[in-house]
Formats: sequence, structure tokens, C-alpha cells
Amino acid sequence: MTDIDLSEFRTPGRGKGLLDVFRWRYLLRLLVRKGTQTRYRGSVLGWVWSYVKPAAQFVMFYIVMGVFLRFGAEIPNFAVYLFSGIVLVNFFSEGFGNATRSIVDNEALVKKIYLPRELFPIAAVIVSFTHFLPQLAILLLASIVLGWTPSLVGIAAILLGTFLIAAVSIGFGMIFGALNVAFRDAQNFVELVLMFATWAAPVLYSWDLVARVLPSWLFHLYLANPLSAAVELFHIGFWLPTTTDSPLQPPAELWTVLPYSVAFAVLSLVLGQLVFRHFERRFAQEL
Amino acid sequence: MSAVTTRPSILVQNVRKTFLLRRTHSMKEAFVGWIRRKDIKAREFQALDDVSFEILEGESVALMGLNGSGKSTMLKLISGVLEPDAGRVLVRGRLAGLIEVGAGFHPDLSGRENVYLNAAILGMKAPEIDARFDDIVAFSEIGEFIDTEVKHYSSGMFMRLAFSVAIHTELDVLLVDEVLAVGDAPFREKCRIKIKELAAQGKTMVIVSHDQEMVRELCERGIVIRHGKKVFEGGIEDALVELHG
Repeated sequence: MTDIDLSEFRTPGRGKGLLDVFRWRYLLRLLVRKGTQTRYRGSVLGWVWSYVKPAAQFVMFYIVMGVFLRFGAEIPNFAVYLFSGIVLVNFFSEGFGNATRSIVDNEALVKKIYLPRELFPIAAVIVSFTHFLPQLAILLLASIVLGWTPSLVGIAAILLGTFLIAAVSIGFGMIFGALNVAFRDAQNFVELVLMFATWAAPVLYSWDLVARVLPSWLFHLYLANPLSAAVELFHIGFWLPTTTDSPLQPPAELWTVLPYSVAFAVLSLVLGQLVFRHFERRFAQEL
Repeated sequence: MSAVTTRPSILVQNVRKTFLLRRTHSMKEAFVGWIRRKDIKAREFQALDDVSFEILEGESVALMGLNGSGKSTMLKLISGVLEPDAGRVLVRGRLAGLIEVGAGFHPDLSGRENVYLNAAILGMKAPEIDARFDDIVAFSEIGEFIDTEVKHYSSGMFMRLAFSVAIHTELDVLLVDEVLAVGDAPFREKCRIKIKELAAQGKTMVIVSHDQEMVRELCERGIVIRHGKKVFEGGIEDALVELHG
């Protein structure tokens, strides 16, 4: 009885982590569809809200920052400048926030059926990505009206910026999503962090205001923050092509710090996976 | 009698599971407790203590015990929802649980969408679900309501559909936990026949049930768990005697 060939056996409840997501991609697709389909159930306007909300937010910021505070006086096409940052922060807020709540929100499933739990934060970030796309469409439209032309550098910058935010949202979403199971403080903490996010990156102001007051090393750090780096990449992708001889140019330091931002984003994925796996074993009993 | 080979499908070796009965879900309370050196160690509860058994391929085994004896915990360890604190659980083949069917149902989705979502949650791929979809709907007797949102279903309809999805999963090992309390008498009878059919096909089954008749009918062997310890393993009749004293 003791010498059984164990090679065919597996330990239930042990997956391959993020790699399992590819094997379960059909379920991932259904989970994402569930998230997008049920979001506007029972609402008359439905998906229109995905356009109305960012548009309203944009108008509010534009009037206060651009018209009242006259921030954008020296930034041509300030509206596009502003909006390219806002859409990224929205994507980050929704993705990171939803991923943090995803395990607790799926309590019923986590407690009763085993499936790779990484699916939940990833589905949450993909769902927020589908809400990011309509905003991106509006931004692109506005940029085209103002003379935007596609360029290889610009498109690469947009893709890289999107990647940075997606990776950081998934990575940190897994960390705080796992912590949130034991301590619901995690989601409140994340809300606090997200409140700062808008201000921790050059979204509502320009980077040179920061460079003027911070010592060089601290400014580099500020810029290496993936959110700052991604926002500046979006400025390069959307805003810069609509301007000619703008007095404000993207910071030259961006290219120095960019490798660090990318490394940080990738590292957050790895760290997220490690933390998630560590806590995952106890999800079903902690919930 | 189904063809029982000597190869095991499930190995449970010296498994121990301890639950910490924590009282707080907030960092503040945990911190205050730590400062005051008060009751940091939450109360421990030994749900399973050094339990070992093997279940052979094609066998149907009843896991028996009174409420709170640890049998549902055992089932969750086999399904992978929980992990043992000591010892190990090993399984072979595709495993599906009729554990709290309907856990993945979303009230705002239609019956059809829920069938696909839940079959995928149970590990099925799109073509497999397509192939079984008609059987699932037919078995559930939902009929034309399949495209109605699930929130408009009666609880009976809901459970019938959920059970139907679970029972049609492509599987080698089936874990059954008290689900046969589903629906009305005719539907329960239908479920029983379906489970017998699966057993006859050589599927391995672990059944947790208080229904003596069903256990007697479906299982050859019984394992009795009392206060987290295995106290008996053997023929189903003897196990029933052991259980009821």
C-alpha cells in the first residue's frame, strides 16, 4: 500500500499562480464579461455613464484649474494635457481599488470552490481596463481635433504607460487584496493612497513646478514613481503631438528613470504573486 | 457493483487541520490586543486530527459523522479550498464538488449565462459546456426560463439549475455534500438516479450525507469521523452501526 506511484497525483489547491490564468482564460473571459455586463444593469443610460463620468470630472478640473487658477496659461492645449493624466489616474484608481476588494467580493466562491484565486484581481483590473478604453477614445478624439498625428514614439509611449499602470494595479492589487482578507483596513488604506495618487503625479500641474522645489535625487524619485512616469508617457503620446513649440516639454530625466519605473512595475507583479501565494492558503478560513 | 481497481484516487495522510477562532477583522483591534498582551493567540479548534485514509478509483465512500465532526472540513481539504496544517492530501484526475452548489451564480445574469459561468468555474472549457448545455437545461427542468435573469427564479428552480450544472461537469472524482436536500421529491429522486449512474460509470465518489437510505444505496464503504478523529473505516452497514451506536 505504501509504494504507490505518486507521479500522477497532485495536491489540491496548489496552482501555478499567475501562469494558471492562461490555462483558465475561458473562465477569466466570463468573469470579465460578468463584471462588464452587470455594471450598468438596471440603468437607462448604461455605458453612457462610462463617458459621462470622466467627462464631468474633466470639465470640473478644467474649469477650476485652467480657468479659475489659470494653471494652464503657459501650457498649450491644457485640456488635453489634463485629460491624458486623468484617464490614467482613473484606470489606476479603479483597477487597484477593485483588485483590492476582489477576493472579499468573491467570498462565496473562494470559500466553496477551488480555482486559481489570482483570477479575481486580474479580472478586476481587466474590467477597469474596459472602462478605461472609452475614456481613451474620447481623449484620442479630442487630440485628433487639436491636430494629433500618430508617431511610433507616441504610440510606444501610450502602450508603455498603459502597461506600467496595469502591472502596478495587478501587483499591488494582489498584495492588498490578500491583506484585505484578514484585515479590512487594507481597502481603506488603499482608498487613502488613491486619494493621493492624483496629486503624486504631474496630472493637475506640470512637472517643472516640482523640479523647482525638490532636490534632484528626490525629483528623480518622484518621476520614477510609475504613475508619474506613465502620466508623462501619456503626455508624450497624446498631448505633445498636438502642440508646436510648447514652452513646456516632457522632463529629460524621464528617460533616465524609465528603466527603474519598468523594473518597479515588474517587481510589483513578482512581489504581488509571492505575497498572494503566502496568504492564499488561508483565504477560505479567514473570510 | 462498479469496477474497482486497486489504484487509489484520493490519498489522505496524517492530515491535521486547526482553525483559529479569531474575533477581529480590524488591524486596530489586533494591535490593541497585542499592546495589552491580551489573548493574541486566538482560541484554537482542532477540526481534524491525524486522519488518514485512501479512496480507490471507482469507489463510493461515505464520510460520516455528527454535525461539527469535521467531515465537511475533510471534503474542503480534498477539493483544495482549504489546506491541511500537517500531513498531505493527494488526488488524481479531475475533481468536482457538489459542495454548496450555486456559489458562483450571479442574480443579474440569465440562467444561460450562469450555466456557462459556473461550468467554467468548475473547470470546464467552452466546447465541453456547449456539448452538454442541452442536457443541463433538460435535467434542470428550467425550460423556457433559461434566458430569464436568475433573480426571478424560485429557490427551487435556482437549486435545480445549480445542481444540474455541477452534476454534468466532466469529472473523475465527485465530492457530494448534502446537496440531495435539493428541490422536491421527484427531483431528489432524479438526482439520486443520476449519482448512481455516475457511480456505475466508475466515477470515484466521496459522499457526506445524513440520509441513511441514500448512503446505504450508494456506498460500499464508510468512514466515521468523531471530534476530528477517524474512529471507523469499513463496510457501510458496520459504519452506520458505529455512527448510531
